[in-house]
Amino acid sequence: MMNTAAKNDSSYVYNQRVKRKNMISAAIRYLVLIVVGIFMIYPLVWMVGATFKPNSEIFSGLNIIPKNPTTQGYIDAVKSYGGNINIWKALLNTFTIVIPKVIFTVVSATLTAYGFGRFNFVGKKFLYPIMISTLFLPQVVLNVPQYILYNKLGWVGSPLYLPLIVPSLFACDTYFIFMLVQFLHNVPKELEEAAKIDGCNVMQTLIKVVVPMLMPAIVSCALFQFMWSSNDFMGPLLYVNTPAKYPASYFVKLSMDSDAGFSWNRVLATSLISIIPSIVIFFMAQDQFVDGISAGGVKG
Amino acid sequence: MKKWAKNNIGFFFIIPWLIGFLVFKLYPFGSSLYYSFTDYNLFKGIKETGIMNYIEIFTKRQNREALMITFKYAFMTVPLKLVAALFIAYILNFKLKGVNLFRTVYYIPSILGGSVAISVLWRALFKDDGLIQQMIRMLGGNPPSFMTDPNWALFIICLLRVWQFGSTMVIFLAALKGVPEDLYEAAAIDGAKKWKQFFKITVPLITPVIFYNLITQMVQAFQEFNGPFIITNGGPRGKTTLMSILIYNNAFKAYDMGMASAMAWVLFVILMIFTAISFISQKYWVYYSDEG
Repeated sequence: MMNTAAKNDSSYVYNQRVKRKNMISAAIRYLVLIVVGIFMIYPLVWMVGATFKPNSEIFSGLNIIPKNPTTQGYIDAVKSYGGNINIWKALLNTFTIVIPKVIFTVVSATLTAYGFGRFNFVGKKFLYPIMISTLFLPQVVLNVPQYILYNKLGWVGSPLYLPLIVPSLFACDTYFIFMLVQFLHNVPKELEEAAKIDGCNVMQTLIKVVVPMLMPAIVSCALFQFMWSSNDFMGPLLYVNTPAKYPASYFVKLSMDSDAGFSWNRVLATSLISIIPSIVIFFMAQDQFVDGISAGGVKG
Repeated sequence: MKKWAKNNIGFFFIIPWLIGFLVFKLYPFGSSLYYSFTDYNLFKGIKETGIMNYIEIFTKRQNREALMITFKYAFMTVPLKLVAALFIAYILNFKLKGVNLFRTVYYIPSILGGSVAISVLWRALFKDDGLIQQMIRMLGGNPPSFMTDPNWALFIICLLRVWQFGSTMVIFLAALKGVPEDLYEAAAIDGAKKWKQFFKITVPLITPVIFYNLITQMVQAFQEFNGPFIITNGGPRGKTTLMSILIYNNAFKAYDMGMASAMAWVLFVILMIFTAISFISQKYWVYYSDEG
């Protein structure tokens, strides 16, 4: 009798101790997350604040909220530097590149992934490893010869952005094929077989059965391609040479070169405007980004 | 013929990719190997062939230095980024309230970080009298001049990539979720402390993912271009001139396509060697559950 009471007592003490210990470690975890989180987010929040500050205030303190709020930065940011280009036009140019690129990538990558993921054909044993190995083919070794190729084709400086868009018609971003093939492996084949029995040909099966099931992965591909292509700097640097055709990424770099040092609120406002589409897309589709990146990575 | 088409219908779906591969990848890849043995100038054409580009790469001081800086950059960035990503993923994997909010906060930099806008921001942070210098002064320190100090400039560029550990973290997080809970419970009963559980259970089980992240991050780091080009423009005194910057300068400022191709090939071979080493060393440290 005594014995059990003592035991209960000690287990109560033990539980209390465990509870306290858990609470302390949870507190430490939160502390780490918050401190690191501040480092992650503070620069971005500061940037937003700085766009509303007068130039004299931007580098005169660590505060985020402007003491003398002004929209002068934005007023200057939307003004042209001359040369028939401003930030709105540059953003429009970005979309002119990115939207076709996204559509072409999604279509070509889906076709390729369907071909590799669902069929056996002559040469697949040879071509599939080649496709995978291009995943590891660094772009740095392709930049120069691709430039020479596009130069020979007369595509450099093309008003239709041919060097930036055409390769996406041919599924040149292997990463997306890989992502879709991985996803396809986890999709059961039964529905496709049923569709075949119902008399669908392969193309109908693809459009009516496979694409709907692949949709989450396709959306992820589209989102990533949107982000990466909007951020792309080297492509426009090499292949766009008329100011009126500059996309936002290149325009922001030029704006920094001409204004940094005396008009930081203009430069930062221009920068911020240039990433607003990406920010909006990110917050609309956060989960797809996370799912997409985990699916692509883990199965690899 | 018709029968062949019917049996190999999958082939028709990959034709666009095959064309793209041949025209935009294989042909450029092969031709650049050839160009690397020439003095191909974009406007003057080819006058001479031989291994002179390669000799120059390894004998000229500026080129050797760029190679060293590229190594230094990669060996700083990749470990820091992987450790940060794994550490935060590990903490996020405990069932805490508000995990999703934190995940978002950590993930945003990796989504926006590649943009020119963020490189501009980086300059505002680290320039003389910029935000970071002020912060250090406020804490009573005497900050270095980050952008013009040769010892600091490369680290600033490196920090921009480390700050973008979010997507690597998300991959780690997915892997950590796959580690069976009962393993931890069993270890806890045996009295294993948390840090011991981490190194004895967690790390071994997610080595395939560590391996994947290591390779992809390394390939990325060796090719880094935007940071040094936009933020420091290769300076101060060439201390952030990575190979990619040198390749760009040779190809698109001097139009020396031969030299640029040779440099790209040197970088490519180095990357292949590192990838090969990682793949070979895999069997000593990467654990695949279906083998055991």
